[in-house]
Amino acid sequence: MTSTDQSSDNRLNAGALQDQLHRLASQSGIRQWDLGAACSDDCSVQVDRGEAKQLKAAQRSSITVRVWNSDGLIGITSTTDLSPEGLEQALLGAHQASRLGNPDDVPAFSPLATAPLPELDRPLKERQGILPLLDTLRQAEADLLGRHPAIQTVPYNGLAESLSQSLYLNSDGALRQMERTQASLYLYARAEESGRKPRSSGAVRLALGSDDLDISGCIQEAADRTVSHLAYQPIETGSYRICFTPEAFLSLIGAFSSMLNARAVLDGVSLSQRDDLGSRIAVPFLSLHDDGLHPENIGAAPFDGEGTPTQRLSLIEGGVLKSFLHSEATARAFGVQPTGHAGLGAKVSVGPDWFVVSSSDGCDSGRSLDHRSESNPFVLIEDLSALHAGVKASQGSFSLPFDGWLVKGGERISVEAATVAGDIRQLLNNIIHLEPESEVTTRGVSPHVWVDGLSITGEA
Amino acid sequence: MTASFSSGWKDLLQDLLHRGTSSGADLVEVFMERTDHLGLLAEQDTITSVNPSFSRGAGLRVFLNGRDGFVSTNDLSREGLTRSLDQALAMLGLVAGSPAAVPSFQGLNDLTDHGTTKQDWLARCPDLTMASGRLLQGTVHLQRFGQHLQVRRGSYSRDWQEVLVAASDGTFARDIRLHQSTGLSVLAADGEHRSSVGRRYGSTDRPDDLKNWDCESSAAEVCESAGKMLRAEYVDAGQMPAVLANRFGGVIFHEACGHLLETTQIERGTTPFAESVGTQIAHPAVTAIDEGLSGGAFGSMSMDDEGMAPQRTVLIKDGILQRFISDRAGELRTGHRRTGSGRRQSHAFAAASRMRNTFIDAGPHSPDELIASVDSGLYCKAMGGGSVGPTGQFNFAVEEGYLIENGNLTKPVKGATLIGDAKEVMPRISMCANDLELAAGFCGSVSGSIFVTVGQPHIKVDSITVGGR
Repeated sequence: MTSTDQSSDNRLNAGALQDQLHRLASQSGIRQWDLGAACSDDCSVQVDRGEAKQLKAAQRSSITVRVWNSDGLIGITSTTDLSPEGLEQALLGAHQASRLGNPDDVPAFSPLATAPLPELDRPLKERQGILPLLDTLRQAEADLLGRHPAIQTVPYNGLAESLSQSLYLNSDGALRQMERTQASLYLYARAEESGRKPRSSGAVRLALGSDDLDISGCIQEAADRTVSHLAYQPIETGSYRICFTPEAFLSLIGAFSSMLNARAVLDGVSLSQRDDLGSRIAVPFLSLHDDGLHPENIGAAPFDGEGTPTQRLSLIEGGVLKSFLHSEATARAFGVQPTGHAGLGAKVSVGPDWFVVSSSDGCDSGRSLDHRSESNPFVLIEDLSALHAGVKASQGSFSLPFDGWLVKGGERISVEAATVAGDIRQLLNNIIHLEPESEVTTRGVSPHVWVDGLSITGEA
Repeated sequence: MTASFSSGWKDLLQDLLHRGTSSGADLVEVFMERTDHLGLLAEQDTITSVNPSFSRGAGLRVFLNGRDGFVSTNDLSREGLTRSLDQALAMLGLVAGSPAAVPSFQGLNDLTDHGTTKQDWLARCPDLTMASGRLLQGTVHLQRFGQHLQVRRGSYSRDWQEVLVAASDGTFARDIRLHQSTGLSVLAADGEHRSSVGRRYGSTDRPDDLKNWDCESSAAEVCESAGKMLRAEYVDAGQMPAVLANRFGGVIFHEACGHLLETTQIERGTTPFAESVGTQIAHPAVTAIDEGLSGGAFGSMSMDDEGMAPQRTVLIKDGILQRFISDRAGELRTGHRRTGSGRRQSHAFAAASRMRNTFIDAGPHSPDELIASVDSGLYCKAMGGGSVGPTGQFNFAVEEGYLIENGNLTKPVKGATLIGDAKEVMPRISMCANDLELAAGFCGSVSGSIFVTVGQPHIKVDSITVGGR
């Protein structure tokens, strides 16, 4: 690839890219355009019982170009080809696609695309390289296999590190760019005892660099979780008091985030309506923020796909819906400012960054439930799975397999093959308690959340 | 797009493969790819999104003593490919330019070009005007057939892909693939009652597919389903017999058993069937097949992503496990012969053993016989997505369901999820009907999201856990 805008080490050259786009657009008579670009350099390893299973590396690049034609309609094209020819092809493709731009919904540049960006304390970390990663993962796997005789394999495992770069440019002179490093470790063990069904569980850790990963904590958590499910029993079908772990509750909220998404509201596929703002949708002691800038959010970015600065946004406060997540276009439709949650597209998508669930200021449930000491029976849901299949976001319903325990008198009995079902709107209003301590997960921050009256189906 | 892949790449690829094998690699493989994608979305009576995209790239894999190193790149220059190869070699402790062994590579075969008859497919696909017009016809028909429709959507996706595969065993093959899919979906709402229903239709290698699409009958099917489910009550949970309809009902076999018959699962130690070839793992009523040959089916291909022609692979015959689906790495690591099943989403993924068109074969019964044999159970007319975990535990959602009472279909029910364990459920598929049909879908797994077909006739499961409220 011959390119003026990408160096041989797979790094973007923002200035050259901007100059090139200006020139190509001028030649084509395109006066308004913007562009998002990303490059990454990743490597990862997997092991299998002490042997390297697969070692992978990738150099990726991509750009997305939007143009506005003379009628003010927008078109878009994406390509992985950052050569001058590739850029020109993308620009012309976008121009052609603009013929079918939707006149009723034309995105504009974000009014905040040149606003000051928040300071993020995310130093770039040195990458170890693939062979040191392999040694580390091999050792981690060996440690995990040695934790319990029933743990015989770690079928899903991986250690990865990456350097990524992204930028946003537009024909009005906006130029945003960022670089970040990230590392991840996952260990998913499988355990089996004679005459019993296999059980499986795991743990994940993220960090800015692979040297910073909490490897021993990941091994310990994966081992504890896997072993804790060995002595499983079926659960009777019925209605139960549930305690969601922070991870499980954040999964559920994330699956129903269209409730909080202005794009989904405008498209009519959200459970929320435009005039729901200011109305009560949850118990008064529940608050929810989206905080992409949270110090524990390893993947934090200072701006979104339209160049709008990332911010902390109050979504639910005291059980009342306070705001939706917005792009430029949805914000304009609602008469507010964009919130920094947009992706670049012909039809701009909107999505959350990092949910923070908390008790409302000065308001609590009046209860003192604690999943570590509660004596009355309840089901502790540790992790939900198959959310892509079991959640009907536009209807509000869910029916999901889970890992968890039936807890009776302090004794934990692992639940065999069961699903939990309900309606998210009822669930938000049937929360009976938020525990005082919050936990940081890879998905966000939340305390343990107690809910009454959810249906559980056990396998007979 | 740059010029097509051709035998003009032979010298460069031979140089790369020679560089790899002379460094001590057991086998070196290069997968090159160019794609041209178009996505359209119509909402109500407007085209709201047009998304063209192009990409090109290569994935280079090096094998040594059963291990492999894989590097992907968007850079198809000699320098870029050489840099990636050297990186893959280094992962395995091999150093390019320091001959560690006498290279076994004897040169590439003549190009096997499956793409010669497909050169004009991209040009024959619908242009933006035609594609958008067809989608808008679909949403108009939805409006005509539906009631209480809050949202009407039509979507179209066209994926054109050219691939070139070269490997140091002499493999040198090119192909062009064309996948198109069209979908209609609605959200019906009436007070607190809501139903969302979608259907997707897909084909491969048929440039005129969208032109020939019967959008009127598709819209009628979607609207009928949404109408039935709008006021449906939630299903009562429990253990019960179930009859699963043909076409998309095949997702039960795909999730419950098909994934467990991929050699990647043997490698991981996550299939209970690793040592079961030749033994009874399903009811004698069950014969199951995976193949890549059915004309126009979403999972069909002229060659897999490792350059091998696909096969018709009988997985289970009369309940007895016959063989596994295998790719190059699977053959190397497990001894199961390759079946032309090495598949990947793109150059960014290493190929893995993946399903193609996977279905339970037809049986002797009529669908009515299956339903009539159930006193009290669930009829699953349309299935949603599903998944299987590392212990063989599967689940999938029922999009459109009805109660079976005294051998007859009665009221519609919603919110059902079927869960179970492959080892336990396969012996409970006791009846297969005579109405086998296939349906296009997507499968996400270790080598990304790929085009597949699921399918089956109506089948009866004697007992399965139904999650609900």
